[in-house]
Amino acid sequence: MGMLKVPVGQHDHIKGPPDAPVTLVEYGDYECPGCGAAYPIVDLVLEHFGRSIRFVFRHFPLTHIHPNAEPAAESAEFAGAHGLFWEMHDGIYGNQDRLSLPLLIALANALGLSEVELRDVLLTEKYAPKIKSDFLGGVRSGVNGTPSFFINGHQHLGTYGLEDLISAIESHLHARAL
Amino acid sequence: MSKILSAGTVAPNFALRVTPDQYLSLCDLAGRPVVLAFYPADWSPVCGDQLTLYNEVLPEFHKHDAEILGVSVDGAWCHEAFVKDRRLRFPLLADFHPKGAAALQYGAYREAEGVCERALFVIDRQGVIFWSYCSPIAVNPGADGILDALERLPKEGSADGHAKSTSRAA
Repeated sequence: MGMLKVPVGQHDHIKGPPDAPVTLVEYGDYECPGCGAAYPIVDLVLEHFGRSIRFVFRHFPLTHIHPNAEPAAESAEFAGAHGLFWEMHDGIYGNQDRLSLPLLIALANALGLSEVELRDVLLTEKYAPKIKSDFLGGVRSGVNGTPSFFINGHQHLGTYGLEDLISAIESHLHARAL
Repeated sequence: MSKILSAGTVAPNFALRVTPDQYLSLCDLAGRPVVLAFYPADWSPVCGDQLTLYNEVLPEFHKHDAEILGVSVDGAWCHEAFVKDRRLRFPLLADFHPKGAAALQYGAYREAEGVCERALFVIDRQGVIFWSYCSPIAVNPGADGILDALERLPKEGSADGHAKSTSRAA
C-alpha cells in the first residue's frame, strides 16, 4: 500500500478545518470520467464527516489521453491564485461532459476573472511546474491512475463508492481514538 | 505467480518485433538502463492504465537516460493500433512467435493463460537486472518502484559497478 510522500502543506488547496482529525487527499484529472463520478461522492463524504474532515485536491492529469485535463488544471490554479480554486473546481466537474476551452473561459467569466489573463495562463502554461509537481508527488506515492485517494497519508485501496470511502475513513477515525 | 528473474541476474537477450517490419534487441540498448514492462494484454483496462501512466512519466525515465519497453504476446499490428489509440511514445514489443518466448526467459510467462505476467525489470547499463517486481495480475503496479530503482542505479562511469541486490518485496 502506498503512503503519501508529499505532506499536505501550504502549496495545497485545502477545504475544511486545519485541525480536522481526517485528511482526505485526492489525486485527480479534470477530464477523467472516474474522477467526474467521484466528485459528487466526495461532497457527500465531506458532508457526512462535517468538521472532522478536510479535503485536499492534487492534480494528476493524464495529458496524452485527456487533452483538456492540463488546461483545466491550469484554469483551476489560475482561479486559485485569485482565491477561487474550489469555485473553478466545482464548475469544471459540474460540467465535465462539456469540458473544453469555451467552458473554461465561460467559468472564468462567471467568476469575474479576466478572460485575457486566463488565455495568457493557458498559452504560457504558467502553472505547469505546480501541476507537474503534484503529478510526480503522486507517482512517487504509488498513484497509478485516477481518482486515487489517501486517508491520513494511507492510500485507499477500496473503491470510491460512498460506503467504501465512509467506512475506510471511519476506521481511521477509530484508530486515532484508540 | 511465476518466479521471475531477480536482481543480479544477467538479463537474457531477445529480439522481438517492434513494428510489423522492424525488430528490436535488448542488446541494441546496451549502455543504457532499460525498463522492461511485461503485461498481459493490449486493450485490457489495467494494462491500458498502466501504460498510460508510463507514457506520462516518460520524461522522468528519460532523465535517467532509461528506455522503457512494453512487452506482451499481442502481435505487432495489434500493438500498432493500441499505441496509436493511447498515443504511447515508447515501443511495445510483440512476444508473439514463438509465443511468450522472451517472457519465459524472464520467468514472466503465465503458461495456463498464455499471457505475460505483470512484471517489471530495471536493467542496468551493463545488462544486469538491478531490480524486478511481479505485481498481482489485476493490480497496476504504478511507477514508483521503477523510479526508486532508477534513482538507486550507480551513475554512469561509477566505479561502484552494478547489481547491488535490491529486489523489492511485494
